Amino acid sequence: MTNTTSSKPLSSWQQAWQSDLAWKFRHSPIAVVSLVITVLLVLSAVFAPLVAPYNPFDPGSLNLMNGFTAPLTPNAFTGDEFLLGTDDQGRDVFSTILYGMRISLFVGFAAVTLGLLIGVTLGLIAGYFGGWIDAVIMRIADVQLTFPSILVAMLIFGVAKGFTPVEYRDEVAIWVLVIAIGLSDWVQFARVVRGATLVEVNKEYVQAAKLIGRSAWSIIFGHILRNVLSPVLVIATISLALAIIAEATLSFLGAGAPPTQPSLGTLIRVGQGFLFSGEWWILLFPSVTLLSLALAVNLLGDWLRDALNPKLK
Amino acid sequence: MSLLSVHDLKVHFPVRTGKFGDGKSVVKAVDGVDLTIDVNETLAVVGESGCGKSTTGNAILGLAPVTGGKIFFEGRDLSGLSKAERKHVWREMQVVFQDPVSALNPRRTIAQSIAEPLVIHNFPPAEIAARVDELMTLVGLNRDQRDRRPGALSGGQRQRVVIARALALNPKLIICDEPVSALDVSIQSQILNLLIRLQDELGLSYLFIAHDLSVVRHIADRVVIMYLGVVVEQGPTAEVFANPVHPYTEALISAIPLPDPSLRGKRKRIVLKGDLPSPLNPPVGCPFVTRCQLAESQCETDRPPLEPITETRMKRCFVRQH
Repeated sequence: MTNTTSSKPLSSWQQAWQSDLAWKFRHSPIAVVSLVITVLLVLSAVFAPLVAPYNPFDPGSLNLMNGFTAPLTPNAFTGDEFLLGTDDQGRDVFSTILYGMRISLFVGFAAVTLGLLIGVTLGLIAGYFGGWIDAVIMRIADVQLTFPSILVAMLIFGVAKGFTPVEYRDEVAIWVLVIAIGLSDWVQFARVVRGATLVEVNKEYVQAAKLIGRSAWSIIFGHILRNVLSPVLVIATISLALAIIAEATLSFLGAGAPPTQPSLGTLIRVGQGFLFSGEWWILLFPSVTLLSLALAVNLLGDWLRDALNPKLK
Repeated sequence: MSLLSVHDLKVHFPVRTGKFGDGKSVVKAVDGVDLTIDVNETLAVVGESGCGKSTTGNAILGLAPVTGGKIFFEGRDLSGLSKAERKHVWREMQVVFQDPVSALNPRRTIAQSIAEPLVIHNFPPAEIAARVDELMTLVGLNRDQRDRRPGALSGGQRQRVVIARALALNPKLIICDEPVSALDVSIQSQILNLLIRLQDELGLSYLFIAHDLSVVRHIADRVVIMYLGVVVEQGPTAEVFANPVHPYTEALISAIPLPDPSLRGKRKRIVLKGDLPSPLNPPVGCPFVTRCQLAESQCETDRPPLEPITETRMKRCFVRQH
C-alpha cells in the first residue's frame, strides 16, 4: 500500500481550480465571455434597485412629460436626459430593462427548477423500477413531446387563468408562468436521467447496496442521484435559456407577465407598437438584452455539454 | 448441518423471440443445480460464460428470481422471505463482485463505502468509525486512505475495499463472483491469499464463482463444474484435478497453462469444437453432446443423471464411468 497522489491535501477551491473542467473553461474564450456576460446581467438584475437610476414602478417618480425621450438627448420639455431613452409613460428604459430582467430571470430559474425536480424524480423512478411504471411515465413524456412546449405552456397558462378569480390574476400570473414553463420542460430531464439511471442500476455498487439492506428510495437518492447529475447540469443550463425565451414569447403574446410587472417579453410587446412611429429604442434595447442573456446562457450550456462529454476530447 | 444447501435450483428467464417479439421462449439459465457448502469451506463453481454460475450466485443472494427448487441457509428456507427477514439474512451472506470499478460508488470515500452496511443496520457512529478502521487494517488497507475516492485507488486496493464492505456485518458466507478475474495476475494472488487468510481468521465460507481453474485449484476445497445450467461434475478439488471424469472437465483442465515450459507440448491438449449451444435451444440429451468427443447415440436422446462415482464425487455422463 503506497500513497499514489500528492502528499499535501488541497483546499476545495484549489481542487476546483485544478480540475479538468476549470482548465477547459480557462482555455475557452467563448465560455469565459459568456459567463462574464451572464454574471453581469444576473447581478445587475438582482441588484436592480441599487443599479437602476429610477424605480419605474413608482408612479410618484414618473413624469408623463418625459415620455418618448430619445436616448442621450435632453427632453424637450423637462430637459431630463436618459441613457436609453424613455417609453410612452416617461419610464426610463434602462431601469425597466433591469427590473424586467429580474422577472425574466426569476421565471426562468424557477421554471427550470420545477421542471428539473419533476423530471429528475420521475426519470429516477422510471429507470430504477422499470416495468409498467417506466412505461407509463415515458409514454406520458412521449405524448407531451409531440406538442411544441410553448403550446403546452400556453395551454397550462390558459387553464390556470380560467380557474383564477379576476382580482388575483395579476398577482399569480408570474407563478402561473413558472408552473406552465416548468411543466412543459420536465420531459427532457426525465429522459436523460432515466437513461443514466439505467446504466447505474446495473452497476454492482447498486446490487451491493441492495444486499446491505438499503431500501429502493435510499438507493435512488443516496447512490444513483449524484451519479446522474452531470448531464442534468447541462440540460438545466440550456433549459434556462429556453425558459427565458419561452417566458418572453408568452409575455410577448400577452399570455405572460402583466403590464404591472413587465418582463423583457412584455417590454418587447409594448415596444413593438412604437417601432414604426420612430421610437425605436423602446423595442430595441429590451430585445438586445434578451438576446444577449439567452445567447450567453445558451453558449455556456453548449460549452458545458462539450466539456463534460468524454467523447469530444 | 451444512451452512448453505441448494436443492434442484432452477432460474428460468422468459424471453421474447421472433421478428416482432411475438414468440415466447424460456432461457433455462440454471436448470436443476444442487450444491452444499459447509462451515469454513470453499466451494468453487466453475464454467464458461453463460453456464449459469453467476445466476446461481445471484439466486442464492435473492437478486435473481428463483423459478424452482429450494435454498436453505443454516437450515432455513430462503423462499418467500419478507423484506425484513431478507435484510436479516443479508447480514450473514454478503458478496464480492467481479469488477471493483463498478462495485464502488465513485462519489463516496473509501470509509463511507465500508461504513455503509453499518449505517444501514443502525450501528452507533462511534462504533462505526472504530469498525471501519478495524476492517481497513484487516484487509490490508492503509488508514490514511480513508478519505480517498475509488478513482485514486488501484484495482487491487478497490477489491480490498469491496471485501472490507462485505465483511462489515460479520457474515458467515461470502459469495465471490469472479473476485479476481478483473485484476492483474500479480494482484490476483494477493487478493486470493487475503481471502484465504480471512477465511482462517474469521471462519468464513465461500461460494467461489470462477472460470480460471488455476485460481480455483489454489483456493477451493471442493469444486462444481457447470455446463449450460447444469452440474456436470463435482468433487474435492484435488481429486477432480488429478482425475477428471467428465469429458468437459477434462478439456477445461487440459487448457490450464503450464508454468514449466519443458512440460509444454507433452500434455494431451483437448480442444473443444464449436461454441456453447444457445441456451434458448439446448440439446435434448446430454447438454454437452454437441461438443463431446465421446458422444454415443444414447447421449443424443437421453439426459444423463448426476450420479455418484465415490462418496464425495458426482458426474453426469453415460460414457465415462470413473
